[in-house]
Amino acid sequence: MASSFSAAKITQPLPLNTTNTRSPDNPLFSSFKSAPPASSFLGSTHKLRIQRPASARAQTRSGTVVAVSDVVKEKKLKSNAPTSNLLITKEEGLEVYEDMILGRAFEDMCAQMYYRGKMFGFVHLYNGQEAISSGFIKLLKKEDSVVSTYRDHVHALSKGVPARAVMSELFGKATGCCRGQGGSMHMFSKEHNVLGGFAFIGEGIPVATGAAFTSKYKREVLKEGDCDHVTLAFFGDGTCNNGQFFECLNMAALWKLPIVFVVENNLWAIGMSHLRATSDPQIWKKGPAFGMPGVHVDGMDVLKVREVAKEAIGRARRGEGPTLVECETYRFRGHSLADPDELRDPAEKAHYATRDPITSLKKYMIDNKLASEAELKAIEKKIDEVVEEAVEFAEESPAPSRSQLLENVFADPKGFGIGPDGRYRCEDPKFTEGTAHV
Amino acid sequence: MASIFQAVGAATALSSSNSFDSKKFYLSSRKSVSERKGSIFVVRSDGRMNSGRVGKLVTNAVATKADSAAASTASKPGHELLLFEALREGLEEEMDRDPRVCVMGEDVGHYGGSYKVTKGLAPKYGDLRVLDTPIAENSFTGMAIGAAMTGLRPIVEGMNMGFLLLAFNQISNNCGMLHYTSGGQFTIPVVIRGPGGVGRQLGAEHSQRLESYFQSIPGIQMVACSTPYNAKGLMKAAIRSENPVILFEHVLLYNLKERIPDEEYICNLEEAEMVRPGEHITILTYSRMRYHVMQAAKTLVNKGYDPEVIDIRSLKPFDLHTIGNSVKKTHRVLIVEECMRTGGIGASLTAAITENFHDYLDAPIVCLSSQDVPTPYAGTLEEFTIVQPAQIVTAVEQLCQQ
Repeated sequence: MASSFSAAKITQPLPLNTTNTRSPDNPLFSSFKSAPPASSFLGSTHKLRIQRPASARAQTRSGTVVAVSDVVKEKKLKSNAPTSNLLITKEEGLEVYEDMILGRAFEDMCAQMYYRGKMFGFVHLYNGQEAISSGFIKLLKKEDSVVSTYRDHVHALSKGVPARAVMSELFGKATGCCRGQGGSMHMFSKEHNVLGGFAFIGEGIPVATGAAFTSKYKREVLKEGDCDHVTLAFFGDGTCNNGQFFECLNMAALWKLPIVFVVENNLWAIGMSHLRATSDPQIWKKGPAFGMPGVHVDGMDVLKVREVAKEAIGRARRGEGPTLVECETYRFRGHSLADPDELRDPAEKAHYATRDPITSLKKYMIDNKLASEAELKAIEKKIDEVVEEAVEFAEESPAPSRSQLLENVFADPKGFGIGPDGRYRCEDPKFTEGTAHV
Repeated sequence: MASIFQAVGAATALSSSNSFDSKKFYLSSRKSVSERKGSIFVVRSDGRMNSGRVGKLVTNAVATKADSAAASTASKPGHELLLFEALREGLEEEMDRDPRVCVMGEDVGHYGGSYKVTKGLAPKYGDLRVLDTPIAENSFTGMAIGAAMTGLRPIVEGMNMGFLLLAFNQISNNCGMLHYTSGGQFTIPVVIRGPGGVGRQLGAEHSQRLESYFQSIPGIQMVACSTPYNAKGLMKAAIRSENPVILFEHVLLYNLKERIPDEEYICNLEEAEMVRPGEHITILTYSRMRYHVMQAAKTLVNKGYDPEVIDIRSLKPFDLHTIGNSVKKTHRVLIVEECMRTGGIGASLTAAITENFHDYLDAPIVCLSSQDVPTPYAGTLEEFTIVQPAQIVTAVEQLCQQ
């Protein structure tokens, strides 16, 4: 069964040796003039690494790889031809821009608040990777699910969780999106179908696969024919060497689940270079190995990400199965706010700083007259206010009361058991005061 | 292969699957013993039992109450089935009742489950509701959690409970904690079940006593079934619970036979079961050790003792009401478990009783656990690892003299 569909449906990405042929003047992205040529993207990483003796033995990425699966490419060629060659409409552009600005401003504010002692623990910021969250999540419906990692604030924001609820959670307040019980690495929202930030590597991928299984189950077993919900699983390059990644690629392809595996390859797993950790650093190539398309995209370019995301989400929604998308990106800050970030080469950081996805989008929109400078300024101002308001809200919110401590340990409070007096422990009047033993 | 098993009778299929796992089972003893004993199936009842050390106890192995229940089985209403069939019946009733209930695990579908608990369900409900997964415990357990978060009610079968150690992260961090860390937004109505405990010379990895590993995970409820009646009732209750529940089954109890009611019933997940009321001492036990205790009880009764036997069933949280009432009556407590001695269920139970009922105790609590060793392969060593009826008799005699 599995073999028949994979043979018929999946277009294999290009064989390795031919990838050079489609680099800088790939018609797919030709109208995107503001970004540096795609070849400099990976190639530059390559060069940087080569100059460092420590990494000389590391396997290099093979030249310039801009591998968009043929599925995506053919589609784009057709659709690009007749109409305008702009990659985005004004409304879409403004929405994505606002979302990226929100992500950036929110995270910058988090850093401030962390250093001011308003939030604690490990706080992982998303700066630099905004194109991926905005490029993917803004294409989703409310019913679609998102599964994230410990770097989850911005995924939650993109999915629609209010900034004040996320900020309040980070402040550990009762008004936080998880009532202060989750924290930075555990953002959840049932209302917005954010199935969680998962703090350990890889553990979110099976959960996402399960959510995608539910979509298929609803359609085929519960006969909810209109259920076309898609799940996005976000994770990083470090996760791609973890068994759960491979196990879930297998199951998702096997059962043709409506899921997109989005790899945010920022080249570093804390201090472990992707090139030092991975026998074949081209993560997208693992898709075809499991019978699903693997796509490689410039994750610093929201318009390219969005194109690929549209195709991958569409495939999932149409019931055509999963897709693996490798977005090559870079984080502008350390792994977490506790990371002094001394290991990464300043030249590497400087290189990627020039490729800031927000600056690129801004330039594209102004160059193509999709928005005026004033319009974009207005958005930035609006977002500043939103973030300021989020901080005020979090600041003023009450800390969780002691009575909250024992709530939500068990969903069914009878699970607290029968006490010495023969009544369920949850019926004890002292129970929610936090004095009853669980 | 699957069709072969479906064609033959349940008992044959069971033995086939066991031999497939290179586990020698006790098919011949099942017939002779279970018919004689009714609801009490004496596990180590083959050759070894009659040979020497524990032989003395075997002849008296069954408590009076159960004897009388079993004696008149033929004329009673209800139907008679084996424990694994009772589990299946519970599963099937719940799948009929709620289309969101589904099963996933290794070989649960076409093969029918390694112990045949899910036999016949895949043809009836289809491959999606009874999902054969690849051998990837961590991932399919995580998948069940994701499915539960989005509205399904999955039952995860660990082909052997020990395999679920590979899914420990998902069971602990996600099953147990996610309801709490999400501030109560998401519930994880998952049942995790499978065969565990010390079987017959299955070797260390297949003879795990995992209760101690799982008991400190916050947010997880644990129950252990011990009879066909409570196996079915607990299975149904676990499926209906909004909490993640781990249902412990014991490899040596699957062939236990009992007559259970035809009408629907469900057991309370948090409630202990009074097995034998008595006055002199409270013996707390669960799962397979219940039968070792009942063997010992018969001897003890003949010696003039009147022990109260309670199958605690709910391993987390404990039913301190039933336990407490018993302690207040007998003032003496013996705990008999198959779990590890260090950090096991018995250790937790000892602490809970001391905390809550210390004033009622006339003697220190005695806890008979299995030894803190990897379960050895050799039959003799394996026997020394777990608590034997003779030890229970001795312990009770000593406790009652205090």
